[in-house]
Amino acid sequence: MIEVCGLTKRYGSTVAVDRLSFDVPPGAVTGFLGLNGSGKSTTMRMILGLDAPDAGHARIGGQAYRQLRWPLREAGGLLESRAFHPGRSARDHLAALAASNAIRQSRVDEVLELVGLQAVARKRAGKFSLGMAQRLGIAAALLGDPAVLLLDEPVNGLDAEGIRWIRGLLRSLAAEGRAVLVSSHLISEMALMADRLVVIGKGRLLADTTAAELSGRAPSLEEAFLQITGDSAQYQARNLS
Amino acid sequence: MTARASHQPPGRYRFRHLARMEWIKLRSLRSTWLTLALAVIAPAGIALATGGSNTTSGGMFVSNTLVGMLIGVLLTGVAGVLAMTSEYTSGTISATFAAAPRRLRVLAAKAAVIGAAALITGEAEAILSFFAGGMTLHHGITAPALSQPGVLRAIVLTGASLSLTGLFGLGLGAIIRHTAAAITVVVGIVFVGGTFIGQSDFAIRPYLPLYIVSHSLGATGPACLPGMASCWLSPWSGLGLLAGYAAIAMLLGGLILAGRDA
Ligand SMILES: Nc1ncnc2c1ncn2[C@@H]1O[C@H](COP(=O)(O)OP(=O)(O)OP(=O)(O)O)[C@@H](O)[C@H]1O
Ligand SMILES: [Mg+2]
Repeated sequence: MIEVCGLTKRYGSTVAVDRLSFDVPPGAVTGFLGLNGSGKSTTMRMILGLDAPDAGHARIGGQAYRQLRWPLREAGGLLESRAFHPGRSARDHLAALAASNAIRQSRVDEVLELVGLQAVARKRAGKFSLGMAQRLGIAAALLGDPAVLLLDEPVNGLDAEGIRWIRGLLRSLAAEGRAVLVSSHLISEMALMADRLVVIGKGRLLADTTAAELSGRAPSLEEAFLQITGDSAQYQARNLS
Repeated sequence: MTARASHQPPGRYRFRHLARMEWIKLRSLRSTWLTLALAVIAPAGIALATGGSNTTSGGMFVSNTLVGMLIGVLLTGVAGVLAMTSEYTSGTISATFAAAPRRLRVLAAKAAVIGAAALITGEAEAILSFFAGGMTLHHGITAPALSQPGVLRAIVLTGASLSLTGLFGLGLGAIIRHTAAAITVVVGIVFVGGTFIGQSDFAIRPYLPLYIVSHSLGATGPACLPGMASCWLSPWSGLGLLAGYAAIAMLLGGLILAGRDA
């Protein structure tokens, strides 16, 4: 369970996240949707205690992230697609993280197998393709078998097969009772993956709904998404006429 | 709330878990081993090559053979910087702090691992240099014995200085975060720049890191001789000042690490 409560983050005069509140319940995939620059990554970084909010707070299982006794066993995060040293092997990267939370080392091989990286586990991760890097990030998020997962654009760089794999993985993780928050700027992807949708624009909550409800608002889901995010678009392309 | 919450082991993550994490990080990079090898071999090679230039059997031999240690000082300073900045440039820092949000504890664990690795390297380097220097002495010139006054102290303290410069680099890496900028500050300004300043300004020379290593820590004789423009610091004061520099860098680095967004 993730609770986001009045979360606010400013960068100079830009308000990246603006009094944002929503919950991510267990047993479901919650899609976190918004156009580029709408504040999705910033929100996730604040939930994981990486950036400090200017106001509001986020809790995981009722606790502030910094208070967690074994953070990796309670929440797993995928933020940047390449959050590892290029000179280190996938296995060593995961082994180091596992050690920090007293996770047994055999779990490293389990998650490597789960994401399909066991064949390249001992190779320098700097040589990984974007898709492989993404898989390593997912392996790291799953390392502690956490009840909460936060994945920022996990399908980024994955091929069609990888996307389908991730969809199935997230669904089964939610079916096991975990709270899963997954961000994307692609509504079509989210419609297939998520039970619930939290839509933001310019850091503000625009909708907290389901894909079915949203698609009822307009002829197509994409249309409905663009309608609610329309006025909040950060970088609007001008039409050439 | 969910069935999953029940399989948490008792307790919480501790310093020892983080120290293990940092040790795995350090040992799993090839560059670590290359740096350590270079830090041990290069100074010994220099001692070997310059052993023949000793013209007396006196205490100068010790500081002469330890001159190559300055390379080790630079290397561990850079290794300390990289231990921090490479996490920022690669993005590993967000994985690290998500795994262990108590950032000062992470910094302390890094300091323990880097400090210990640099200490072992430094001592190995100093002992090896001492014996390598003794092997190429000209006929009739003898190396002082380890039991002679100040000899063992010079070796041990010079070796220990690598640990302090490693921590100094780590602290600066936490302050600056960018590899190139931090290395420029540590090597360019503090070490090399300081050495240039010291050549013209004798008053501050005894307080500059590289002079402390070469003239205070490596000294077997008195720190002050009649007619000298300024005295060197005594070996222990020199070590204390180096430790002070490292402590200030680590303290500032810790403050910034705790306060700034990762
Ligand atoms: N470190 C920072 N300094 C200054 N501004 C920032 C910083 N991080 C984010 N921002 C700004 O905050 C806003 C939200 O950015 P954020 O990365 O959270 O958006 P996003 O929804 O993840 O976008 P995308 O879909 O492109 O990943 C943007 O306007 C961005 O420029
Ligand atoms: Mg983003």
